[in-house]
Amino acid sequence: MAYIHIENAGKTFLQNGQEFTALSDVNLDIERGEFICLLGPSGCGKSTLLNAIAGFDPVNKGSVSIDGNEVKNPSINNVTIFQNYGLLPWRTVLKNVELGLESKKVPKSERAEVAKKYLEMVKLSEFENSFPHQLSGGMQQRVAIARALAVEPEIIFMDEPFGALDAITRMKLQDDILDICKEEKKTIIFVTHDIEEAVYLADRIVVMTPNPGKVKGVITVPLHHFRDRTSGDFLLVRDKIFDLLNMKTEEYIEYTI
Amino acid sequence: MKKILSARYVVVSILILIAIWQVLFLVSDYSEALFPSPFMAFTALLEMIASGQLLTSIITSMSRFIIGYGLSVIAAVLLGLLLGSLPEVFKYINPTLQLLRPISPTAWMPFVVLLFGIGDVPAVVIIFIAAFFPVLLSTVSSVGNIAPIYYKVADNFGVKQPLLTWKIVFPAAFPGIANAIHLALGSAWIFLVAGEMVGAQSGLGYQIIDARNNVRADILLATIFVIGIIGLALDFILGQVEKLILKSWGGGK
Repeated sequence: MAYIHIENAGKTFLQNGQEFTALSDVNLDIERGEFICLLGPSGCGKSTLLNAIAGFDPVNKGSVSIDGNEVKNPSINNVTIFQNYGLLPWRTVLKNVELGLESKKVPKSERAEVAKKYLEMVKLSEFENSFPHQLSGGMQQRVAIARALAVEPEIIFMDEPFGALDAITRMKLQDDILDICKEEKKTIIFVTHDIEEAVYLADRIVVMTPNPGKVKGVITVPLHHFRDRTSGDFLLVRDKIFDLLNMKTEEYIEYTI
Repeated sequence: MKKILSARYVVVSILILIAIWQVLFLVSDYSEALFPSPFMAFTALLEMIASGQLLTSIITSMSRFIIGYGLSVIAAVLLGLLLGSLPEVFKYINPTLQLLRPISPTAWMPFVVLLFGIGDVPAVVIIFIAAFFPVLLSTVSSVGNIAPIYYKVADNFGVKQPLLTWKIVFPAAFPGIANAIHLALGSAWIFLVAGEMVGAQSGLGYQIIDARNNVRADILLATIFVIGIIGLALDFILGQVEKLILKSWGGGK
């Protein structure tokens, strides 16, 4: 069985007494070390799927398992990075990175050492004594990345992590995250609505569509971490995604005269 | 930031007050014993300082205040953290709190004196009541307003109770709690005087009653002035402490 195995997974919510299907019939296998992007417009259930795999809000139909174990709760082995960073404003940058190490019962002297190592990896060593509000958005997200890496997780979930950043900062962080991936060999599941971002980062792109949220198709990106945003191959993959998503526009055509 | 209490403004403001007082003294028909001049009140103040009476009263009042206010804040914050984490339980407790909250702490005074007699206890109890409800209710609502992402992060990084309260809930709610603690300081100080006027035989509040009984309006007004100064100083000190702590929360926002 695959490392992450998702079988007939579905999620329904009760909304004003009515059942609302956020996600239906998802079947997906993810292997160790893969970089997966969940891509789609808002309402397609990509964040719902991520929250289900991360254990924040498990599915209520079908099953999601990691390494053979059904996912029921979040685990410190699988860390999530959020769009609004989730840093604790009352802690310094260093203490933020130490948060997970405290729970893992790492001795106090070692904690700072480990935290500093990962702050260096995200190039923020000189800001270890700053508070989050003193940093820019991009820097804060790098602190969150260091905090996630510090606990040496198996999987890193990213929920539109660069969504609140400007385009240039975003591209820099995309490069950083690819470098870190190569170095650390983590499994990454990355939610985005940005097609270029998905093509640039992913090994495989899971394209999702709304009403109800489901997987439209899975596209393998044959670019192997050697990516050029303007190359023909890059555009070819992008085109494939447009194709998949265009099915959605045809539904709207029915409404035009 | 521009200081509200910049020296120039303080001096001018106080001088205006004293000038109005002096004018009223000159035009009024009251006898000097009933309506003394600023200078007479100032002389009385020096007299109280020299005799040590003022210091004794201040120490008595301050110890009551610190005990009452301190216990109240500790109890209200702890209970608030607990109730804030248990919203279902709070629903059953909130109506009673809303019923008790609008009752002026002074309304409890006769009852407290009946139970505990005249002494330190009534003043401490009244300060406790004055600070308790605002701090408790603010703590509960601050805990309720904590952004869900902090809980998600805590959950993800394996922070469990009781560490969750200490590491996440309390600091996340702290700006709201600190604000309430600060506001409660003012009302607690106001009710200390009320408490000592009714339920004690010592302290600044009693000194006012004592001055009235001896028809010493100069002492009475000097004491009122001292009460104002101490209240202002307490507020200033706590404000500075609050600012210092909240610096790390993003400039005290």
